Parts: sequence; structure tokens; C-alpha cells
Amino acid sequence: MEPLSNKRKVLDFKPLNLLERSYLPEIAKGLGITMKHFFKKDVTIRYPEQKREFSENFRGQHSLKRDEDGKERCTACGLCALSCPAEAITMTAAERQPGEENLYREEKYAAVYEINMLRCIFCGLCEEACPKEAIYLDGDIVPTDFLRKDFIYGKDKLVEPKLNQ
Amino acid sequence: MELLDIGIKFILIVVIFLISLVVAMYSTYAERKVAAFLQDRVGPNRAGPFGILQPMADGAKMFMKEEIIPTRANGLLFIVGPSLAIMTACIGSAVIPWGQPIQIGSRIIDLQVTDINVGILYIFGVVSLGVYGIMIGGWASNNKYSLLGAIRAASQNISYEVGMGLSIIALLMITGTLSLKEIAEQQHGWHWNIIRQPLGFIIFLVCAFAETNRSPFDLPECETELVGGYHTEYSSMKLGFYLFAEYINMFISSAVMATLYWGGYNYPGMDWVAAHVGPTIAPLIGVVVMFAKVFSFIFFFMWVRWTIPRFRYDQLMNLGWRTLIPLAIANIVLTGVIMTFFK
Repeated sequence: MEPLSNKRKVLDFKPLNLLERSYLPEIAKGLGITMKHFFKKDVTIRYPEQKREFSENFRGQHSLKRDEDGKERCTACGLCALSCPAEAITMTAAERQPGEENLYREEKYAAVYEINMLRCIFCGLCEEACPKEAIYLDGDIVPTDFLRKDFIYGKDKLVEPKLNQ
Repeated sequence: MELLDIGIKFILIVVIFLISLVVAMYSTYAERKVAAFLQDRVGPNRAGPFGILQPMADGAKMFMKEEIIPTRANGLLFIVGPSLAIMTACIGSAVIPWGQPIQIGSRIIDLQVTDINVGILYIFGVVSLGVYGIMIGGWASNNKYSLLGAIRAASQNISYEVGMGLSIIALLMITGTLSLKEIAEQQHGWHWNIIRQPLGFIIFLVCAFAETNRSPFDLPECETELVGGYHTEYSSMKLGFYLFAEYINMFISSAVMATLYWGGYNYPGMDWVAAHVGPTIAPLIGVVVMFAKVFSFIFFFMWVRWTIPRFRYDQLMNLGWRTLIPLAIANIVLTGVIMTFFK
């Protein structure tokens, strides 16, 4: 049969000679290889102190953005929740009251905005869907916790801090 | 004066005992670090700087863990097993000369607990007893894996003791004594026995690996086949004793190899050093040299463990009975011939 690749190697099984049967040269060779690794620099990244650099398009924890005046951009249209394949996002809309113009950009805003980080698959469809450029997955890795309820992130964790603060 | 002598011996015993325990403790740390470095990893580095407190943490863990004795196990023998293992491991150090006699004031102190004239035989006896700890523990667990591990340990030790004993005979033909102290003294300066007995040393080294149940001969605790081998059912400090015994055995066999073949506390130029620093400091330098040799051997044990895969059981028996024993006998004949014609 024609070989499928040129990687075929014909092995011949000769009986071992005395030196090979004593194992010693091969053992010495192996010891040499491991000793070479002994002096090699390790590749470990010491995680909590040292972090691997993320790629440009890494998707981490979500943040709800503010505009240049520090107003929340989200208008609670619900497109992110609709687009979410994992159904991780819920929100409750509310109407902006007079006097709150410096807090919210549009007349409607999200009074409650929750993402279940255990459901989220970090696909980024919410940021694709958002017409107001209000949500981005530009944060760090979501930290660990002990209870499931603590993984439901509300606005306190999601809205980005104001610029001048 | 009698009382003072006894006191000095007592202090010496305690010091050597503590040293073997500390060395065993830090061997576990060194083992993990060496393994890590050989595999391009970091190793334990959380407990203290460079993970230097890791053995303490491990020890505390061992003591705190729940102690389980299986209901179907033989209660008494289950406890006797690890006790015997650690005891035989600890008493081996009694006959090893750690240095030349040291002079403090007008008193000359031997840096050896006892110089019995059958030192090597004593070591062999203790090492043979060591396997009983494993056998009894493995049998008393009432677990088929433990029993298989114990059987392997027994057959392995018996097979390799033969090779070890035969390899030593060639050395004894040269030295003409069984006392470890005299053997160490004969190797003054650079007259190390390794020069005259290279083949005997290699046979002894391989047998020492097998006797201490170290990889590539760690079949009694072979995880891939026997869960944990003879200590499958053990937990808490009883398991700790088994692991400790292995490391102390490694320390003792390293010391024996250093004494028998690598000159013990002797090093080239020791007379010049002794003439310059006096009779108190010079033996201490010898002790440092001795420990340097011992630690190199311990490192070698670990280096081999993380390089060579485990032998199969039939390969183990083949190597022991059909390679090492004939080689050792040939070595005896060769040594005899050379001694007859070149002396």
C-alpha cells in the first residue's frame, strides 16, 4: 500500500547488545536530559501576584458604561437580555424623574440590572446587541465566591465608576 | 568521668536522631522542589519564602487528619507496622562514622554513636528488618492491594539483599574489616574505594535503590497498579511514619554509600587543612564534607526518580537475579584475581 504520508519509519527489532541490556548508557542519557531541564527557566506565571496579559479582544466581566458627562448610557431597552443565549441578564426599567437628568442620559433607565455570572458564557452578544454602547465585556476575570447568590451581579458591581471620582 | 561519657554519647544520639528527622522532613520538600525543577515547574512556594515552611505544614496536616483503622484490619499489627518501619529506619544511623574524632579541650570525642566490629552486618540486619514493617502493615490492612504491595516489597528486598551482600564482599576483601570506622579511616585523603570498586559500587547503588523502595523500584507502592500499595489503608501520622521511614532510609543508605565507597568524611588535602586549622575545626570540616556527599546522593536518588520509569515486576526480578548477582560474583572473582597478582 502507498504510504499516506512520508512520515513512515521502518523499525527493525535487533536483539539488544550487552551495553544496551545493561540500561546504563540510556539511563545516563535520560539523566542528562532531565538535568538540562533542571537549569531551564520555568514557564510558570505565578498567578495571583503576576498575571498573564490578555489578548486585545478578551471578554471579561461586564461593565455598564457612562457617557462623557457621567450619565448612565443604558436605557433599559432589553435588547441585551433578548440577545443573551444563556438568559443571564434581567432588568427592570424605570422612568427618569425630573431632576435626575444628570444621572441618566435617556428618559428611561434600568432601575435593576442583574447579570448571573454563573449563567453568562461571555459570548459578547450583549455588547453586539446594545444600540447605546452601554455594555462592554472589558473587565477582568470574574472572581470566585462561595454562594450562588453572590454571583448575581447588580448595578453596584456593574456600573463603571464616574470619571471624576 | 563515666557519667560524662554517657552524657556525651546521649547528646550525640539525640543530635543524630534529630538530624535524620530534619533531613527526612526536608527531603520531602527537596523531593518536590527537585521534581518541579526537573519538569520546568516551580514547586511549593506558598508556605514561607520559597515554601521553606512546607514540611511543617505537611506535618501539621498529618497530625490533624482523622485516624482510620479499618474494622476488618488486625488492630495490633496495623499499628506495629508503621512503628517498626520508622524504628528500623532510625536505628540504622548508629554505626555510621560522621567524622574523625573531634578534640574539645583535652577530651577526644568519637563522632560515631558506636563502633561495633560488624558495622556493615548491623546495617544489613537493620535494613532486612525494615521490610517487616511494610509486610506487617500491608498484611494487617486486610486489603488485597496492600497485601500485593507487601508481597512485592518482601520479594524485592530479599532478591536485592543477595546482590547487595555479594557486592559488599568484594569491598570487604579489599578492606579486610567490617567496621565502618576502619573502612572510613582506610580511605584517607583521596584513597576512596570507588576507585578500586567501580563495578561493586554500581551494583550496590542499584540494590540500594531497590532496598529503599525508591523509583524505579517503587513497586510496593506503585500507584498505577496498587492504589497506594502497602499503605493504601493508612491515614494520618501512621501514613506519615511510612513516608518518613522511606526518607530516613534514603538518608541512611546515602550515608552508607558515602562511607563505603566515596570516602566518608575524607577529602583530598585533608592533612594540609588539619595542620592549619587545628584538631577541633578539621573534623568539623570533615563532617561538612560527609554531609555534602550524603546530600548529593539524596539528590541523585530524587534525580533518578524523576527520570526513569518504573520497572515491570518480571524485569525487576530479571535484573536482580540474572544480571546483578552474576555481575557481583564476577566482581568478587575479578577482585580476587587482581589482589593475587598485583600485591
